[in-house]
Amino acid sequence: MRKLMLGNEAVARGAYEAGVTVATAYPGTPSTEITENIAEYDDIYCEWSPNEKVALEVAAGSSIAGARSICSMKHVGLNVAADPLFTTSYTGVNGGLVIMVADDPGMHSSQNEQDSRFYARSAKVPMLEPADSQECKDFVEQGFAISERFDTPVIVRLSTRIAHSQSIVELGEKQAYQMKDYYKDPAKYVMMPAMARKRHIEVEKRLAALREFSDTGNLNRIEWGSREAGIIAGGIAYQYAREAFGETASYLKIGMVYPLPEKMIQQFAKEVQTLYVIEELEPFMEDQIKKMGIQVRGKDLLPVMGELSAQIIKEKILSIKTEIQPITNDPVPVRPPVMCPGCPHRGAFYVLKKLKMNVSGDIGCYTLGALAPMESIDVVICMGASVGAAHGMAKARGKEFAQKTVAVIGDSTFIHSGITGLIDIVYNKGISTVIILDNSITGMTGHQHHPATGYTIKGEPTRQLNLIQLVKAVGVDRVRVTDPFDIKEFEKAVKEETEAEEPSVIIVQRPCALLKNVIFEGPQAINPQKCKQCKMCLRIGCPAIVDLGDTIEINEALCVGCKLCTKLCSADAIVKR
Amino acid sequence: MDNLNIMIVGVGGQGTLLASRVLGNVALKQSLDVKVSEVHGMSQRGGSVVTYVKMGKKVYSPLIEKGEADVILAFEILEALRWVEYLKKGGTIVVNEQRIDPMPVIIGKAKYPENIIAKLKQQIQNIISVNALKIAKECGNIKALNIVLLGLLAKSTDIAKDIWLEAIREVVPAKILDVNLKAFDAGYLSASDLEK
Ligand SMILES: Cc1ncc(C[n+]2csc(CCOP(=O)(O)OP(=O)(O)O)c2C)c(N)n1
Repeated sequence: MRKLMLGNEAVARGAYEAGVTVATAYPGTPSTEITENIAEYDDIYCEWSPNEKVALEVAAGSSIAGARSICSMKHVGLNVAADPLFTTSYTGVNGGLVIMVADDPGMHSSQNEQDSRFYARSAKVPMLEPADSQECKDFVEQGFAISERFDTPVIVRLSTRIAHSQSIVELGEKQAYQMKDYYKDPAKYVMMPAMARKRHIEVEKRLAALREFSDTGNLNRIEWGSREAGIIAGGIAYQYAREAFGETASYLKIGMVYPLPEKMIQQFAKEVQTLYVIEELEPFMEDQIKKMGIQVRGKDLLPVMGELSAQIIKEKILSIKTEIQPITNDPVPVRPPVMCPGCPHRGAFYVLKKLKMNVSGDIGCYTLGALAPMESIDVVICMGASVGAAHGMAKARGKEFAQKTVAVIGDSTFIHSGITGLIDIVYNKGISTVIILDNSITGMTGHQHHPATGYTIKGEPTRQLNLIQLVKAVGVDRVRVTDPFDIKEFEKAVKEETEAEEPSVIIVQRPCALLKNVIFEGPQAINPQKCKQCKMCLRIGCPAIVDLGDTIEINEALCVGCKLCTKLCSADAIVKR
Repeated sequence: MDNLNIMIVGVGGQGTLLASRVLGNVALKQSLDVKVSEVHGMSQRGGSVVTYVKMGKKVYSPLIEKGEADVILAFEILEALRWVEYLKKGGTIVVNEQRIDPMPVIIGKAKYPENIIAKLKQQIQNIISVNALKIAKECGNIKALNIVLLGLLAKSTDIAKDIWLEAIREVVPAKILDVNLKAFDAGYLSASDLEK
């Protein structure tokens, strides 16, 4: 059967057909839909783990126990999971282990643009890179075969345009996979110096064998066209190159990006006039090919930043420019993302701005509090960093600064990696205030459950993590719960808790406005007779409230009726439509 | 048939994704190669969003680039202006007459350009503008505006109506199917009105 599938959906299908029985992940764009789709298969155990490190450890354990296991994350997630990655490279696997990592060139939804191919090289594990949804499915299945044959975890790397593009997939049958027996083998699975030294020898042997496999297997292939230009490319860059060069070039299509097929590259280089490496982000292949003593062009022409496209390749390599006449000379205003109408975070940031707080922020929908008109976040680094960074700011500048500083972190992010930062504040005599924005879901990545929602990925009720008990247990005595739409109460809480010379936590509770069970009363309207044009309602940065010059109006199509604006209107001019 | 490149542009939350999925399935049903490139994540929170649907004998890059779109389906007026450079010479643009102010305009840092549709009409021959929001509202759910626009688009292609309906049935969740079928018909009919 032929089906149109997202790359991520095809990965899930590949896992299913390969006989995977354990799948783990922490959500992250553009990888999230892999595990959401796997959750649809009844015979696969599937979980949202609290973070990527735990996710990979669970998958490693289940692989050692004999099951084919898959673990998925976005590129920065692999930083979090790097510790288990480097050592599972030494232990190898029992049941196959595939690690899915999705890069985000162009940073559509990420805080950096790192190139995860370097992880394969430094952890000495093979990496495959599909170029469309069909290959997503096929490479995952092959990944499991390679994992078991070479006794190694296998990384399959996607990028946004592969993960989030749909293309046609020919579905296959589910393999009858027999789970491997569990056996005790401390020399292989207990990594302490004496054993690890021996395992490192195996890792080097394995890499040599994988080099040969890269040359002889079917993951890399040559497509002959004109021999004037030879192009080495994999993943989405291959598609852009094909689109730009068509039949005017020959292609060495790379499916196994680490280790590279060196003999094939040498042969290919000999047969073409000019050799190009076309790859997004870093010159990962190019540097290795140059090291082989082969002349090649690549990043001297192409950017190391952002996404490539067929037009960029045409322009930079073929010197063909597309000129387009603009229709008007009107400047077109940008449209950055905004907090949704009804978003609970809006109330919290309104207050933090009003109080002129120093805000150590974190990653999630609430990061939008850094943009106008809120502009009230000073620092955002990586998930969980808000808590440690607030503590560091306080230690650097002393008590008075600490009393004007808060950390702001989402519920999912707090569980992911904020808890340890909070323990640090308590342990090292900090006095910082941490505000947990608990909207009952992982919002930014599109509504995934987490330990504090009380439901599993399959929607089954489970023991709910109690955030209040948790923060008390790590030693925070001052814990308060407020509603971000109760502006006065929240303001009071922030003032009092930052004032206090001890660690404190404010848990701000109100569910995400997009959750199905959140029902507001519907669109509001502004009564122009009553409106005094004080523009207070515009300060909350709601996309539904617009200033038309003579009047202020509420966009009926956008307003949900959360009524946060009514709390700021001293003229009672905002009423139900 | 030659390759057909369709872009769907709008504001995150307007339902552009669902529309692109229906289009993808329409292509699949005609035994064409097809790629649909979607956006998920940050920009779905009210940002400018674009999805690309490419169909033909063989599709490599999933992206449509400047000057390559046969059709642009714009869910919002300013977004029509933002992406119009992607339209091919002689291509068609369908604009939903809905205005959603971006935050820089709301806070007074930028101006929403005036008379966008009139300006587009001066320069582009094949332009259809329609109040799809109003039509969707009449059908019973303003969220169905995406399918209203598809109905309009369907009328301008030579792809049989049944194929569209079948694709909608497969993609749209059962609970909201009836409203959406109605919305499709309304869009389809409004296209005939515009022709007159
Ligand atoms: C290490 C890492 N993993 C995953 C992500 C992707 N990501 C960004 S924000 C976020 C979670 C946000 O959820 P929450 O903290 O509950 O805030 P909300 O968006 O609901 O406001 C995730 C998973 C990331 N940026 N970094």
